Amino acid sequence: MTTGYQLKRADFIFKNQNDWEEILSKNIIRNPQDLINDLISSELKGRGGAGFPTGLKWKLSAEAVNDTKYVICNADEGEPGTFKDREILSKVPFKVLTAMAVCGHVIGAKEGYIYLRGEYFFLRPELNKAISEFDYYCREINFDFTIRIFMGSGAYICGEETALFESMEGKRGEPRNKPPFPSSSGYMGKPTVINNVETLAHTYTIFKYGAKRFYDLGVQYSRGSKLFSVSGDTPKPGIYELELGMSLSDFVDEFGDGDTKAVQVGGASGFLVPRKRFGETVIGFQGKLTGISLPTGGSMMLFNSSRSMFNVLDNYLEFFREESCGQCTPCRVGCQQLLNGIKAVKRGEKNAMYLDKLLRLTETMQYTAKCGLGQSIANSFSSIVENFREEMIY
Amino acid sequence: MEKTLKITINGVTVEIEQGTSILEAARQTGVIIPTLCYHKDLCVAGNCRVCVIEIAGQKRLAAACATPCEEGMEILTNSFKVRNSRKHIIELLLSEHNADCTRCYKNGNCELQKLASEYKIVTQDFIRLVESKNYTIDMFSPSIVKDDSKCIRCQRCVRTCAELQGVNALTVAYKGDQMKISTFFEKSMMDVVCTNCGQCINHCPTGALVEKNYIEEVWDAIADKNKHVIVQTAPAVRVGLGEELGFEPGIRVTGKMVAALKRLGFDAVMDTDFTADLTIMEEGTELLTRLKGVLVNHDPEVKLPMATSCSPGWIKYIEHMYPDYLDHLSTCKSPQQMFGALAKTYYAKARNLNPETIVSVSIMPCTAKKFEANRPEMHDSGYRDVDYVLTTRELAIMIKQAGIDFMKLDDMHYDRLMGESTGAGVIFGATGGVMEAALRTAYELVTGREVPFENLNIIPVRGMEGVKEASVKIENPLKEWAFLDGVELKCAVAHGLVNAKKIMDSIRSGEANYHFIEFMACPGGCLGGGGQPIPTSPEIRRKRTEAIYAEDAGMPLRKSHQNPEIVKIYKDFLIKPLGEKSHHLLHTHYSARKRF
Repeated sequence: MTTGYQLKRADFIFKNQNDWEEILSKNIIRNPQDLINDLISSELKGRGGAGFPTGLKWKLSAEAVNDTKYVICNADEGEPGTFKDREILSKVPFKVLTAMAVCGHVIGAKEGYIYLRGEYFFLRPELNKAISEFDYYCREINFDFTIRIFMGSGAYICGEETALFESMEGKRGEPRNKPPFPSSSGYMGKPTVINNVETLAHTYTIFKYGAKRFYDLGVQYSRGSKLFSVSGDTPKPGIYELELGMSLSDFVDEFGDGDTKAVQVGGASGFLVPRKRFGETVIGFQGKLTGISLPTGGSMMLFNSSRSMFNVLDNYLEFFREESCGQCTPCRVGCQQLLNGIKAVKRGEKNAMYLDKLLRLTETMQYTAKCGLGQSIANSFSSIVENFREEMIY
Repeated sequence: MEKTLKITINGVTVEIEQGTSILEAARQTGVIIPTLCYHKDLCVAGNCRVCVIEIAGQKRLAAACATPCEEGMEILTNSFKVRNSRKHIIELLLSEHNADCTRCYKNGNCELQKLASEYKIVTQDFIRLVESKNYTIDMFSPSIVKDDSKCIRCQRCVRTCAELQGVNALTVAYKGDQMKISTFFEKSMMDVVCTNCGQCINHCPTGALVEKNYIEEVWDAIADKNKHVIVQTAPAVRVGLGEELGFEPGIRVTGKMVAALKRLGFDAVMDTDFTADLTIMEEGTELLTRLKGVLVNHDPEVKLPMATSCSPGWIKYIEHMYPDYLDHLSTCKSPQQMFGALAKTYYAKARNLNPETIVSVSIMPCTAKKFEANRPEMHDSGYRDVDYVLTTRELAIMIKQAGIDFMKLDDMHYDRLMGESTGAGVIFGATGGVMEAALRTAYELVTGREVPFENLNIIPVRGMEGVKEASVKIENPLKEWAFLDGVELKCAVAHGLVNAKKIMDSIRSGEANYHFIEFMACPGGCLGGGGQPIPTSPEIRRKRTEAIYAEDAGMPLRKSHQNPEIVKIYKDFLIKPLGEKSHHLLHTHYSARKRF
């Protein structure tokens, strides 16, 4: 049992947002550089899953020279097993709006957009109400920042930031080539900060309690707390705010049903961790903590021994086959080959060695796919096939 | 001077300009990186991933076409990782591709096939996907055949249709495994805004988009003893055909082409350049008549600017996109259709042939000409004016099939009656050529003097700029054109429909005040046409252009009205430009089409 990586509950995100007016008016008169420094010293990293340092992101956009810049809140929460952003937007929308406005102040943007997942259409009326209240206050304090909602249409790929820009520009949601990165050329080719809903909510915590308070949570390289969407074979599914840097065995002790066979960390594009590796797996960002450390968008799916890992993988691959934008070869064709491949092995049309060929293919997909989606399919495929090979074959 | 960067490619340090992509840098230093979705004419897509390379220190591979060089980059284009990945990608593409190569029209001229050959993909490890997808082939269009089973989704056609042509007939539909290149509501290419320009064919790396070919039909006609098969060759064919038959781009093969056509068995080989000259006579007169209508009679029915009507891609474009401007189009038919109408009337009479027995074939750099020949408007001879249209590529196929050693042929001359031409007719093949030819004749007609440009070369309308402008001031005209004294004739030239759109929008907004505009659907004009040899690139088109102007410069006669066969046809048959016979045979009107 690893020590020092215990599960610790935290309670910041959903705690009272009633002081948003104060937070906003206090911070939009602060020096942008100080705000950036706060974020940098808090070591907040993006909570969408990729873990890019938020302070650096804001800094790069602030340094970009352009009269027009944008702040975008990525609320295209589409990763299977993730449902935290929905909760944030319905419970504490003002935290997100405030954070967007402060970001606008920092980088010099006058407009912000919330890219709302198509399936979250039902959130729109309440969110619009919050936005108009927010707008009213901004005008009252003479702060020029307008927030609008842009409705997505239900494509998973539009959660990828550059595909999201394309979608907002009225084009087909296909990821762009990078570079250029959003900080220099994002929405409409303008410098853009695009942050996940939860990331923005955390910046609110930092503005409110200071960077130190946030930094003191979590462990080295993985500071702060994080929302986890817990689902699957668990007696208590739901959303939990936990400090980063807990061991997976602690997590399973808390949330498992006593028969947990594996946990899918980070949704369909994340990794599957089998029981034997629970102890050595720490949930956090890069940096060798102990054994494996896994970044995560916050999705934790627990599977008990009644689940067929073949079915789990089959389900993920079907999802990816359909949700790939289809533009790049490794992702479009690769997904089809992986799905058809495991089925062929299961049916005995291809021998077990074919799985190794597919594993090598996932490496190629990881190296060559144009965007994060295609690159990350390898994660779930290889972690499931390597750990549950016999379930793929028999 | 741009800043330069130092990078190493496969261990060799090179200096390159900042902003250069890794692909370009490699090419400059003699390292070949394979590509599929990349094309010099188009924006970078970076979606096929065949050009992936390894950058030291990075776990992931980068697409060479889409990644700019950075100072100190160490690039490997043939590492273990690169080779394996690239091979995988080719295998994946093949698994999704109808690789029935021996039965493919593009067999031997397919970029995917070439890559498969280079990487020696001889096994079939991955599961074949193409069979389960129930693709249908769209062959309703008389110009273009679209076979999705051969598509590799590189989107070159989509980018061509959008960026070069601004037509957007082809777009991406669906996502994931269902993703495909399609049209509005998946209608046939025949029923959408497609202008049949064929640029998508020129840019397609595989056999997914090809011309509808009429090779067998023409062979059958030649073999039929009861048919008199005549052929016309468009100006741009003579500067492109050689590329298909072993010559470098930019070599003129006029005489060899005529010789080859005679060997193929055509009963008469004549020249579309002749009717290009005729077009100048008709269109030039029409322009002057319109100028008179507007400047003297102030007739609101007469529309200026007048737009050329030689390019059938442009015609279909204006029918779809600017139908309210159709009366700005010259009523002249294209040279191909003028030739067709005369072949079964004037030529038949002169040679004492029953027009019913004449099969009229044309060799065009163009796929839209196939559609044009098929138009209901084009039956003024009482028969279908042009029976079969072959592209430059199809002609090359026939020459190869006939076992003709093209390089060794001696030059031959076109047959009489409709085979004589001037330099003015030849330059129809290049952007700006119709304008230049028209000015050479119209100016002289009006003033009695040669157009005031050195050696008749009207340089402002030449070249590859998308929109070109020129003006000619008319001074001391002949008495009957006195109303034009002091008038500055304002002209514009556009090639590539995306540029045509710019001019049309400026006309619509009232910004532009041109008198006469030349529109060509394809980049570079006909020499960059959708029926020309593949590959195409700005460089290749530039070489073809030089060849066209060299042909013009070498002609003894360079003004359409000097063509003796033109003089003869007006004397013997047409009587005068815009006369009754001309009106019946050489002019037409077009009508509006829907915009989807």
